[in-house]
Amino acid sequence: MSEAVSRISIACRVNGEPRRVQAYPMARLLDVLREEMHLTGTKEGCGEGECGACSVLLNGAIVTSCLVPAVDAEGAEIRTIEGIASGAQLSAVQEAFLECGGAQCGICTPGMVIAATALLERHPHPDDAEIREGLAGNLCRCTGYQKIFAAVVRACESSAEKRLGAR
Amino acid sequence: MEKKFIGQAVPRKEGRDKVTGRARYVDDLAVPDMLHGVTVRSSIARGRILGIHFGEGIPWKEFTIVTAADIPGKNEIALIEHDQPCLADKEIHHPEEPIVLLAHPDRYLLEEARRAVRIDVEPLPAIFSIEDSLAKRAVIFGEDNIFKSYRMEKGDVDAAMAQADLIVEGEYRTGAQEQLYIENQGMIAVANPAEGVTIWGSLQCPYYIHKALLPIFNLPAEKVRIIQAETGGGFGGKEEYPSMIAAHAALLAWKSGKPVKIIYDRAEDMVATTKRHPSRTRHRTGVMREGKIVAMDIDFVIDGGAYATLSSVVLSRGTIHAAGPYACPNVRVHARAVATNAPPHGAFRGFGAPQSIFAVERHMDQVARAVNLTPEELRRRNFIHKGDTTATGQLINEDVDLNGLLDRAFRESDYYAKRERFARDNPGATVKRGIGFASFMHGAGFTGSGEVYLASVIELEATREGTVRVLAASTEIGQGANTIFSQIAADALGIGYDRIEIAQPDTGAVPNSGPTVASRTSMVVGQLVETAAHDIKRKLLDSGLLCDACTEDEFVRACRRYIETRGPLRSRAQYEPPPGLHWDDVTYSGDAYGTYAWAVYVAEVAVDTVTYEARVTDFVAVQEIGKVIHPVLAAGQIEGGVAQAIGMALYENVVWRDGRMANGQMTNYIMPTAADVPPIRVFFEEDPYPFGPEGAKGIGELPMDGPAAAIVNAIENATGICIREIPATPEVLMEAMAEKAAPLV
Repeated sequence: MSEAVSRISIACRVNGEPRRVQAYPMARLLDVLREEMHLTGTKEGCGEGECGACSVLLNGAIVTSCLVPAVDAEGAEIRTIEGIASGAQLSAVQEAFLECGGAQCGICTPGMVIAATALLERHPHPDDAEIREGLAGNLCRCTGYQKIFAAVVRACESSAEKRLGAR
Repeated sequence: MEKKFIGQAVPRKEGRDKVTGRARYVDDLAVPDMLHGVTVRSSIARGRILGIHFGEGIPWKEFTIVTAADIPGKNEIALIEHDQPCLADKEIHHPEEPIVLLAHPDRYLLEEARRAVRIDVEPLPAIFSIEDSLAKRAVIFGEDNIFKSYRMEKGDVDAAMAQADLIVEGEYRTGAQEQLYIENQGMIAVANPAEGVTIWGSLQCPYYIHKALLPIFNLPAEKVRIIQAETGGGFGGKEEYPSMIAAHAALLAWKSGKPVKIIYDRAEDMVATTKRHPSRTRHRTGVMREGKIVAMDIDFVIDGGAYATLSSVVLSRGTIHAAGPYACPNVRVHARAVATNAPPHGAFRGFGAPQSIFAVERHMDQVARAVNLTPEELRRRNFIHKGDTTATGQLINEDVDLNGLLDRAFRESDYYAKRERFARDNPGATVKRGIGFASFMHGAGFTGSGEVYLASVIELEATREGTVRVLAASTEIGQGANTIFSQIAADALGIGYDRIEIAQPDTGAVPNSGPTVASRTSMVVGQLVETAAHDIKRKLLDSGLLCDACTEDEFVRACRRYIETRGPLRSRAQYEPPPGLHWDDVTYSGDAYGTYAWAVYVAEVAVDTVTYEARVTDFVAVQEIGKVIHPVLAAGQIEGGVAQAIGMALYENVVWRDGRMANGQMTNYIMPTAADVPPIRVFFEEDPYPFGPEGAKGIGELPMDGPAAAIVNAIENATGICIREIPATPEVLMEAMAEKAAPLV
């Protein structure tokens, strides 16, 4: 690097834990997560925000972490695929992906689980069009999406069952 | 015996790791002291290399630099032919030819360095199309640019054609298609003269890479070890090209003395690695007035790109499937794979069959019109049945029921009612709706004597703890091999699904069960798993340690006792061809495949006559696949294949500029998203195949074959325009509609 850009210190919360890393301000959040924090569940598919494999939740909103500069993580609350399950307890979305066959090769799955999680947070009972739109930023080459749609529906049902069960 | 797991939707074996992000793909692995590697490629399609210049401003001393001169052994990627170099030395044959390799610890500096390398070349005339290659506008391979040709002939085509009431002709084209697995290709290599070469990577066929690396490094077989990391999709794209990347990473590691990781970014993966062969098919069909097809004369050409690679076998499968599932007594297929100065085209789900089946199933609709029959009636009058012979002269001895599949597909899709409704509603509508179908088959496993040559082997090994490990080189690439092998082994042994473990594919530890290609893993290798599992069970029974109706605890105890008293409890199974199969490579005739999966697919489309966009609005896939081992995985294969084929039919357009892909980005190479796919409704019929595990046939490629023709047939039904090439992008539709609106005078 010919220009003297130096690393800065970035403090954020990742999956509920406070983290501090040194990174170039314009480094990709994707690389900071994968290389500095060793959170390799977030994947790179295209590097240009098209495929959604690198999706994470940044302050609750879904972003493609390949397009987010590290400096934007300062003070942020980040949730990655590693923070979706509670310990050994899978989330309803993860369980539904397993049950319905929503994961085949698995490379889009972390991003897809994040997108489905974000979708259900916005729309707890999405209709078909909302499911399709909610997942349209995440490409999957294996499933033809049918089993992923089914998984989202299943996750809604099981969340509803849980809520009923809790009463 | 009762089947507890086969036929059930058990959880995917590695599913939990995949939904939690714990599954480790090659780019998730790191080795201490690892360097990153990149590839410097040619900038022109054809020429002579005059020199390599390393530009200023880069600390070159810090870099490991590899050229062809650094290769310890032969400069070739061994496959069928050995014509493709590992690194171009004197000549360039396509625009993405690797020439120089660089390694450095800093990925960012590495990219700057890659851009600072200049290859001086003297350009030579290049060719980029099937027509230019056949016309020998430049001769770039052998004497006539032809990598391979076949002449397959049954009956007397010329005599039958002369007696036909009508001859219907048509030419059909399919474009290149990128596999577009979401995980880009990548490899990590550790390599030095003392320990040999070890590779971890994203790949389908560990033993292909093993074979390719031996001559490059002059190493004995035991000094090269290939290990598959979790692999994020393949679709054929990780069949042969991984050998190239593994060789490159290993050469950099060999020279630097450090581990080297090469991970392609999306652009490099799209432009440099293989794609589906573009094709041109010409049909001449002799038909009688009542709709009986008496002669098919087919000319099938595929563009192989710059090196022979797998083109001969892609051509073979395309040739054998070219006449479709019809009982025509006189068939001739003249097939050629030609050279052009594009990067070599390669394996992609379907392997030549989607190209030739697109042509024949589009053509059948034209033949039907010519004899005033509906598309379905023409097909019904020509479908192949038990006792008929295929184009290769193979006698069909299974109960093929294409009429039954057609009936079911029409029922599920409400075909007749929709056809009527669309005909009524379309006049005057801006969005025209249509419905169309295709009927087809796919031969499972290697063609002809291929499986005999492969002679695949697997092993099973029981442990003291009563788990049973499957040792195979077959790779899990998303299709569910781990799960299916576990279901088969568990049922054959009469133990729980969780008691089966699948060993990581590692050429140092597993036997060669053949490549993970050709819809062969469940059917061919699965059968070996079943055989070996039965053998383990028999050993335990014969030893008297186990009785037939055992509990799982008894099985565990028996394994422990067996191993303590008699030593390892292992079993090995090797492929044996089903009895009575004969194939003649010279005349290209005989039993091309042990069995076929049969299908009728129906597509419904909406074509916007303002924007010229076609959308698939409903899809019904009915197929006979022997036995469904796992209903969710099987449906997942069909749905995924249909979606990929929708891309092939409508969206996925590789834009070529002098042999180079100009749209190597997901931004401008468009694959179907969640918003683009219709409901894909999948229905299975089962007619067990005696030589597959529990009757299963291969299904992975089948769903790629039929959708494109079904969709374009539906577009013709909607609009009356006859599209003969895919992808049928809005540009193609606009031109065709304009032509129809204003016919030439």
